[in-house]
Amino acid sequence: MLLKKHHIVEKNVFFLILGIFLTIIIGGIVEIVPLFTMEQTIEKVEGVRPYSPLEQAGRNIYLREGCYNCHSQQIRPFRDEVERYGHYSLAAESMYDHPFQWGSKRTGPDLARVGGKYSNAWHVAHLIDPRAVVPESIMPGYPFLAERKLNFDDAQAHLETLKMVGVPYTDEMIEAAKADLYLQASEDAAYDDDFLARYPNAATGDFDGNPAELTEMDALVAYLQVLGRMVDFTTYNPQMNLR
Amino acid sequence: MSTKVEKDQVSGTDTTGHEWDGIKELNTPLPSWWVYVFWITVIWSVGYWVVYPSWPTANDYLKGMFGTTNRTELHETMASVAAERAPYMERLAALDVSEIANDSELLNFSMAGGKAVFADNCAPCHGTGGSGNPGFPSLQDDAWLWGGTLDAINQTLHVGVRWDANEDTRFNDMPAFGRDELLERDQIEDVVQYVLSFTDRATDAAAADRGAVVFEENCASCHGDDAKGVQDLGAPNLTDAIWLYGGSKETITETVMNSRRGVMPAWEGRLDEETIKMLTVYVHSLGGGQ
Repeated sequence: MLLKKHHIVEKNVFFLILGIFLTIIIGGIVEIVPLFTMEQTIEKVEGVRPYSPLEQAGRNIYLREGCYNCHSQQIRPFRDEVERYGHYSLAAESMYDHPFQWGSKRTGPDLARVGGKYSNAWHVAHLIDPRAVVPESIMPGYPFLAERKLNFDDAQAHLETLKMVGVPYTDEMIEAAKADLYLQASEDAAYDDDFLARYPNAATGDFDGNPAELTEMDALVAYLQVLGRMVDFTTYNPQMNLR
Repeated sequence: MSTKVEKDQVSGTDTTGHEWDGIKELNTPLPSWWVYVFWITVIWSVGYWVVYPSWPTANDYLKGMFGTTNRTELHETMASVAAERAPYMERLAALDVSEIANDSELLNFSMAGGKAVFADNCAPCHGTGGSGNPGFPSLQDDAWLWGGTLDAINQTLHVGVRWDANEDTRFNDMPAFGRDELLERDQIEDVVQYVLSFTDRATDAAAADRGAVVFEENCASCHGDDAKGVQDLGAPNLTDAIWLYGGSKETITETVMNSRRGVMPAWEGRLDEETIKMLTVYVHSLGGGQ
C-alpha cells in the first residue's frame, strides 16, 4: 500500500522538495487564483478613489510608524463591530491599498472608519500626547510628527509606481502630484474644483495647526480623515454584495 | 548512522533503524483511535463541502446547500436586533427630544443607549464622563457655547461646529486680533487686563480701564456688553471661571492674538436620528442640561 511507502519520500531530499512544491502549487491554484478570476471578489461600488498625494504620504508614515501593529482597518461583519464602528468593510474600500492595512491585532480601536469622526485638532492633540485627551490610553505619543517637515519630493514617482501595480492614477494626477501635495493642506483646496474632481471627499485645509509648514502631522491626519469616507453608505445597497 | 530496522524484543515493535551510542528508537505506531479520528475528520470535511461554501470554480464558488454567507447572517442578526428595539425606536422617532423624559421606560432606554454611543463617539474629545479637555468643552457644567437645552444639544449634535461638510453647521469666526493686526500690541494687553478684571485678576487697573473701551469696540458685539456671552452666536461668557482653552493671562492673550477655531464633527448621517436623540438625552443629563 502506498501509505506504507511514505518513508521513501521522506528520506529523499529530491522527492521531498518535489512534494512540497506540488502541495504549494495546488494550494495556490485553489486558494489564490480564483480571487483573480471570480468577478465578485471586489464589490462594484461608487466612490473609491486612489489616495491623494498628501494622503499617500500620510499612509507611508502610518506604515513607517507601525500603526498597523495595534490598529486594524477592517470592520468584520459581526454585530458588535458594526454597532461600534459602522458598516462592515468592503473589499473595494482597500482595493487601492498596497499593501492593505486590514491587520489582525487590535490593541487600539479599528480605524477603518475613523475619517470624519474627530476633528483635526483632536487628532493632533492625541498624536502628540494621547493621554492629554484620553487619560485611559496606552498609545505612545508621536510629538515629532508635528516638528518634522514632510519629505515627499518623490510624490510623482510614488504615484507612478502605484499605477504600475494597478492603481488608476491618471496622467493629470501624476503631473499635479507635487502641487496637490501642498494644495491639499492649504485653504485654497476647498475651492479648487480641479483638485476636488481628482480627489472627491478629500479633507482639505491646514491639519496640524501650523499653516506655515507642511509637516508629517499634516500628512498623517489627512490620511486618517479620509479612512472609510469614500463610499457613501446612505446609497449603498448591501443586498448587491452578499457573501 | 545505522538504518537497519530491527524488531525490539521487549515491546515487539519495530525500531526506526536510528541508533545513537547504542540507544535505538522505537517506531511506535500511532494509536489506532487517533488514526480513526483522523480519517473521520477527513470524511467529515466532505460533508462541510456540501453544506457550507467551499471550493472555488472558474469564476464562482460552490455556495453550499443553504447558501450561507457572513453578510447574510449579519443582516439577519441586525434585523432581529432592530425588531427587539423597534418598540422603543418607534417611540423615539415619533417623540420630540423634550418629550422623552415623560416616558420613564423610554428614558431608561435612551440613557443606556446614549451612554454606549457617547463612550465610543464622544468620549475621546469630551472625556469618558464628559468632563472635557482643553479645547473640548466640559459637558458637566452649565456653561454652554451653543445652548444647553435639549433642542440646542440635539441641533449641535446634528450639524456640528465649524464642520464644513454640513451646510447648517454652527459657525462663528473670532478675528485673530493680533495675527491679522486688527489691534495694537498694547491694546491687546489692555483688553486682556479688562477680561481678567471680571474675575478680579487684573494686575493693572489703568490698563483694564483702557481695555474696557477696546472691548466695547471690538468684542462686545459677540460677547455682549456685559461679556456674559451670546449663545446664538456661540460666544462664550468671559465673566465666569470656566475657560475652554485656559484662563491664564498668557492663554487669554494667545486667544485674542490668534483666535480659536474649535471643530466638532456633525453626527447627522453618521448616527441615525433615534441614536442622536438618545445621545441628546444622555448629554443633557451629565450635569449641565438646561
